[in-house]
Amino acid sequence: MAEHVVEASPNIEGPRPLPAADAARDWLAAMLLIRRFEERAGELYAKALIGGFLHLAVGEEAAIVGAVRALRDRDYLISTYRSHGHALARGTEPERVMAELMGREGGVCRGRGGSMHMFDGERRFLGGYGIVGGNLPLGAGVALASDYLKRDEATLCVFGDGASNQGTFGETMNLAALWRLPVVFLVTNNQFGMGTALARHSAVTDLMRKGESFGVPGMRCDGMDVVETEAVVAEALAIAREQRQPMLVEAVTYRFRGHSMADPEEYRTREQVAEWRKRDPIDVFGERLEAEGVLEPSAREALDADALERIDAAAAFAEQSPFPAPESLYDNVYVLGDQVRGWYSVDERAAGVHRGEDERALAERKRRAGNGEDGG
Amino acid sequence: MRYREALNEALREELRRDETVMLMGEDIGVFNGAFKVTAGLLEEFGERRVRDTPISENTIVGMGVGAAMSGLRPVVELMTINFSLLAMDQIINSAAHIHYMFGGQARVPLVIRMPQGAGHQLGPTHSHCLEAMYLQVPGLLVATPSTPADAKGLLKAAIRDDNPVIFIEHESLYGQRGEVPEDPDHVVDFGSAAICREGDDVTIVGISRMALTAQRAAEALAAEHDIQAEVIDPRTLRPLDLDMICGSVRKTNRCVIVEEGWPHGGVGANLAALIQEQAFDWLDAPVARVTGADVPMPYSKPLEQIAFPHEPQVVTAVLSTFRDV
Repeated sequence: MAEHVVEASPNIEGPRPLPAADAARDWLAAMLLIRRFEERAGELYAKALIGGFLHLAVGEEAAIVGAVRALRDRDYLISTYRSHGHALARGTEPERVMAELMGREGGVCRGRGGSMHMFDGERRFLGGYGIVGGNLPLGAGVALASDYLKRDEATLCVFGDGASNQGTFGETMNLAALWRLPVVFLVTNNQFGMGTALARHSAVTDLMRKGESFGVPGMRCDGMDVVETEAVVAEALAIAREQRQPMLVEAVTYRFRGHSMADPEEYRTREQVAEWRKRDPIDVFGERLEAEGVLEPSAREALDADALERIDAAAAFAEQSPFPAPESLYDNVYVLGDQVRGWYSVDERAAGVHRGEDERALAERKRRAGNGEDGG
Repeated sequence: MRYREALNEALREELRRDETVMLMGEDIGVFNGAFKVTAGLLEEFGERRVRDTPISENTIVGMGVGAAMSGLRPVVELMTINFSLLAMDQIINSAAHIHYMFGGQARVPLVIRMPQGAGHQLGPTHSHCLEAMYLQVPGLLVATPSTPADAKGLLKAAIRDDNPVIFIEHESLYGQRGEVPEDPDHVVDFGSAAICREGDDVTIVGISRMALTAQRAAEALAAEHDIQAEVIDPRTLRPLDLDMICGSVRKTNRCVIVEEGWPHGGVGANLAALIQEQAFDWLDAPVARVTGADVPMPYSKPLEQIAFPHEPQVVTAVLSTFRDV
């Protein structure tokens, strides 16, 4: 199977060249948007406007934006429960992402998914998934459909270092390589599987090598460097598309905040966090753009102000968006068609049963019957 | 035509009809399927559409979900229902929930076929009947055909449907013969039960293979006890044709549910609750259940044979509903 093995290009010494000025500004703006979004989400969580689990990606912005900018519009992206940033980078309106966090009807998933389950089908972002490692087979399946239907598309499947220990990791690498699917697996190595450090959860800490025995060559990028991340992921995507060789890219990064909002961070030192914060991907990239004359300091500040303004608008929209109506509880449990009839679900509230018909129509009939109108 | 041939015909016709239909599973191609259901399909449709997979149940199902979300109609075969437990994560957390969880943005037109059932001395890891587990999950459709005609018609309906379908076959039925309509559009709607035998005295609901056991018991009841049983095969457990079942119970005033699976939280437990909610006033006796024994399936033949229901237990259960008459 030697012909299946691709030599991953070694990391280039020194920083990679910047992209065109417009692109560089866009990348910085996208990272700032994610940073400000996550910070605001943390605040709103503390005010109990957001419930459940909230996993922030502060510190991982370059790994997100670099990877997403390596995709073409027709490529697919699939991610994890830490995916507000992926939705935002793909272009989903921050309003709809924030409304989803607040469980509102105006959210991307109408408040059904919440923070861990983003989705934007129009932008080919096929979801955030709450089960560690659960999205790997899905990503390979999406690539299978692209391959089967002979469509010029690739899939980028993002997961964390912790997911590399799941059975689906090996199973999916094997199948993707066996069937030569156009998929790139991006392991976001943020150093911890929840609170367990990489060296304590993975016998092989050189994560880019973890796919090799399954026929998936690895590449590594500095996930704190948006330019390098974009370049390496783009190269991997080209190999996957053109040579039908799935690739594993390891983006080495760090999350500055806890695993979720419910994390006392007893597994790492403040010094370690402070050390990584010196490499803040937004500061580093912003300073480089200034140093190389791409961006005036005032323009950099203006980008940040724009981001804050968009987040203000997003939070305002989300707070005003209504909660889903109770009668929408059964919406979209099934795709309703002509062939499927009968009783689907027990309705605990009505002590009756559902036929899978639109719950809203049912409520409307009850309302009319209550008003003495013909219930139909 | 045999049950396995009916399934094969359904797959073949749907593969011919729709280019987006494709098959994945362990040993379904070169080996022609562990139970020969997919015999000859690799030959006719090629490696692109009929794919042998490695032994990776969770990932095979997950890839089927991903492919279904982006344009295909995959039919995944799992070698037995016990192996589907390895894929429970993808079946429930992904297949069943994606349409709802993402606010209706994605669809998962996926069929997951698997045989179940005891009788072949395959012991505690290859012989169970687990339809009750899948019945519980909102978002899944669950089919349990007992005849060749239903096997074909329901499988075609499952492939054409936009929801994920757990399609449960029975190992002991693969060789069963029966009439099968030749119409390539012979489709059995989900949610429509079949009356296998008409009768006025008692309703017997038989699940999967137990629909046949129930019919044999009904013949014995008629011959030996002058009891005319109405036998109903729900054919799909979700959605469920509760109208037909309750309609029959309102006529007969007695009901016995026969299933091969375990009693706790079983199909019968659920159905008995629904019947008492819907038709309590018509019942002349408590709903009776005949189930598999509450044990892991033993290997030894005499033990295995008493661990799942046969006609005499059904007859006894029916007679118990007449005890006070």
